Amino acid sequence: MSSVARSVEESPSESHERGGPVRHRVEELDSVVVRFAGDSGDGMQLAGTQFTNASAIFGNDISTLPDFPAEIRAPAGTLAGVSGFQINFSSQDIYTPGDLVNTLVVMNPAALKTNLKDLEKGGLLIVNSDAFTFNDLRKADYATNPLEDGSLSAYRVIKVPINTLNREALKDIRLSPREVDRCKNFFALGLVYWLYERPLEPTLRWIREKFAKNPAILEANTRALKAGYNFGETTELFPVQYRVPKAHIKPGTYRKITGNEATALGLVTASILCNKTLIYCSYPITPASDILHALAEMRRYGVRTFQAEDEIAAVGAAIGASFGGALGVTGSSGPGLCLKSEAIGLAVMVELPLVVIDVQRGGPSTGLPTKTEQADLLQALFGRNGESPVAVVAPCSPADCFDMIIEAVRIALRFMTPVILLSDGYLGNGAEPWLIPDVNALPRIEISHPTKPNHDGQFMPYLRDERLVRQWALPGTPGLEHRIGGLEKEDVTGNVSYDPINHEKMVRIRAQKVANIANEIPPLSVNGPEEGDLLVIGWGGTFGSITTAVNRARRKGLKVASAHLRYLNPMPKNTGEVLRRYKRVLVPELNCGQLLLLLRGRYLVDAVGLNKIQGKPFLVSEIESEIYRLIGS
Amino acid sequence: MSTVATTPLPTLTPKDLSSDQDVRWCPGCGDYSILAQMKKALAGLGIPREKFVFISGIGCSSRFPYYMNTYGFHTIHGRAPTFATGLKIARPDLSVWVITGDGDGLSIGGNHLIHAIRRNVDIKIILFNNEIYGLTKGQYSPTSRIGTRTKSSPQGSVENPLRPLSIAIGAEATFVARTLDVDVNHLTDTLRRAAFHKGAAFVEIYQNCKIFNDGVFEYATDKSVKADNTLYLEHGKPLIFGKDRNKGIRLKGLDPEVVTLGNGVAADDLLIHDEKAEEPSLAYLLSRMVYPRFPECFGVFRAVERPTYEALINKQVEDVIRAKGPGKLEELFASDDIWVVS
Ligand code: SF4
Repeated sequence: MSSVARSVEESPSESHERGGPVRHRVEELDSVVVRFAGDSGDGMQLAGTQFTNASAIFGNDISTLPDFPAEIRAPAGTLAGVSGFQINFSSQDIYTPGDLVNTLVVMNPAALKTNLKDLEKGGLLIVNSDAFTFNDLRKADYATNPLEDGSLSAYRVIKVPINTLNREALKDIRLSPREVDRCKNFFALGLVYWLYERPLEPTLRWIREKFAKNPAILEANTRALKAGYNFGETTELFPVQYRVPKAHIKPGTYRKITGNEATALGLVTASILCNKTLIYCSYPITPASDILHALAEMRRYGVRTFQAEDEIAAVGAAIGASFGGALGVTGSSGPGLCLKSEAIGLAVMVELPLVVIDVQRGGPSTGLPTKTEQADLLQALFGRNGESPVAVVAPCSPADCFDMIIEAVRIALRFMTPVILLSDGYLGNGAEPWLIPDVNALPRIEISHPTKPNHDGQFMPYLRDERLVRQWALPGTPGLEHRIGGLEKEDVTGNVSYDPINHEKMVRIRAQKVANIANEIPPLSVNGPEEGDLLVIGWGGTFGSITTAVNRARRKGLKVASAHLRYLNPMPKNTGEVLRRYKRVLVPELNCGQLLLLLRGRYLVDAVGLNKIQGKPFLVSEIESEIYRLIGS
Repeated sequence: MSTVATTPLPTLTPKDLSSDQDVRWCPGCGDYSILAQMKKALAGLGIPREKFVFISGIGCSSRFPYYMNTYGFHTIHGRAPTFATGLKIARPDLSVWVITGDGDGLSIGGNHLIHAIRRNVDIKIILFNNEIYGLTKGQYSPTSRIGTRTKSSPQGSVENPLRPLSIAIGAEATFVARTLDVDVNHLTDTLRRAAFHKGAAFVEIYQNCKIFNDGVFEYATDKSVKADNTLYLEHGKPLIFGKDRNKGIRLKGLDPEVVTLGNGVAADDLLIHDEKAEEPSLAYLLSRMVYPRFPECFGVFRAVERPTYEALINKQVEDVIRAKGPGKLEELFASDDIWVVS
């Protein structure tokens, strides 16, 4: 593990159109900006200073901006009494305390009011919700409670009852209520320390020295700091990793979007593009349930949601809906994908469209429900009985979930096949700005259904076009009555057949059909030199850290490039050729080397893995160090 | 395969509903009769052939869709109700039939069965109960009686059997019926009643497995004894049975008892069948009557009106569109706070 905090990770700017991998060089901002704001009596300067010290000791470059109230003793809780402290910390040289705040911690309404303008859209807003009483709001000139009136919807608001939690943590210490409350800045600090993985020790040491003569205060501040830290660790309120989403971005209209929101919006969009009713069938599971919640709100768009009795029922209903001519989609996480596997195999056999969403989490079994991991890749590709090929795609960023779920739908409908979309907890819950697309510019998904017999006056359900795709004949169409099922099919007629030669033929046809998808997907593009010493190739949510790490290494003169596979099965046709243009290949993954196994097996390249299985995304520095280790610096 | 472009109404015959596939059940299997009566029942409904969809799971009974010249889907073990549910949400216009068995529907697929029933999805669930696993060559099933000797229970099954109708009633079924493979007229009528029911219809058919459980329903089929062992339900009529129609079912406390008419017991004292009862208590009581203590009931146990699942879901969509107009993607995308970068 690197000694650099994950919060200094930089994210490539979103200068590409809809969240896909960057195809051109981008400017990056590799810093995080945090601001603590509260009443001048709340100890914000102390918190900011401690945070700065901890980050400096930890090894970051830092830049700070204290913001004192004009009046030393403005009335408590008023706008004039607000005190703030901003820190920009980074793993590279930085020169400013940052223009926009990424994370704003506010201890009262006045601090919110005076600081909110500096918080970026989609930024994290940690609010001491205990300080939003009628009186506090009035002192800050709020007519309505901003925590409840929707005015903060552009931000990721996390309400923490800091007073209550702090009092609870300190309840048996012999201090006055006032003295207890004065420790709440350490609670807030502890919380942000957790958020950015700051070491507690420098601050604990400072507390020990500062309050050596007052054991009660020493103990209270120590406990408050740890309580805040532990609260962050145990609550589900926070996303796993903070991303720095923008630097120089393409002009246009933006909103913030999480991966799960983008997936839901993408599904609705796809249903309109293909002119089919979306029927989303799901069983509640972390971290995929938000997709179900979002779609349940979209009845106005004709969306039907079906909360099934279990994961199997969810996928069964989705396939049944597809059989009827709707857009059948099911969504889950890894444990749910296990349960769906038999039905997915059926969809392979009967060759019906099906979209399966797996928002991956740490496994195996129940694993780490709220943590991210990329360990379902091989399950998605191979986790069924028999030769059972399916298409697999993976978004690379929260906004990219929008594009890739549309891709999943397009492939499923055009190739009459199940498609698995591998999102993950990091993408699903993570948010970033999304350049809102022009609806009219989105390509339609053209689908047709037969209305007449296709073979000498008869209907042959397994007659195929040149891409090996069969026709999607809908129940209710006169004259096309036919039966499908999980037993092996005779070629063309679709009748049940146990003939050995036919079986081999059908297995090969189904495989070839899925392989043919490669003819309709974009080639693998490369960020960086077209050939060189190292290619860093990944998939899914590691895109940001890989690209940033590679860009940093390139700035240091290394001949290194990155590539990101958004299509995992089939892979782009030029994948092998791209891999062979570099002397070495590094495959960072949040698993034990699943893509690595595929690349080595399919393309006979001597790729090496960088693997992390901690329920957490890569730090940029982790990938960067591995690059230097492999090709020297 | 069909060469017919459109299906004229209402001239559908049972033959129009026969597919070109060879029927592969064992000679003498009760499934043959069910297939024949199904075609007869469907032909008379006035529904065009292309509107029928048969969905099955796995087991002998689940081969059924292959033999019907309708749309069909032979799915995976126990899950047929899930596919039927999805299909019905997508296509309320179709007449969707689930064909299942005691193993498929009550063992591996028990969960789906109860949930499809409780949601009142407008599907017809026909459960062929032969009290055995046939396709896997003879193991005891969840409806096998205690003591049933099979390959997997050589000393006799020790498990309590499920009563399919009790399960369905417990799952809030709106239509529950039982019939027999060999009673062809009753079978046809019952299927027709199920077809006309709007909502989830659950029909249990006693089906003889010639090979692995032959004669298990003999008490209800053998002409010499069946009148004394069976009771045919009629809505609004007292529960009378027996060769001489002189026996009936009376309520004693909360339990049924068999009484002989005469000697001070009149038809008025007997339970009156009410398939439309709001509460399913009577239907449940009837479903618990088991030979040899009681005659077993056949006919419609329960038939009540409730809104269907798909109708309620679709109404939600229609209501919101009527109130707010159809959604536009542009508005959806901008539903969160937006900002412009120039
Ligand atoms: S095994 Fe039994 S149920 Fe199955 S086809 Fe043969 S007789 Fe019928």
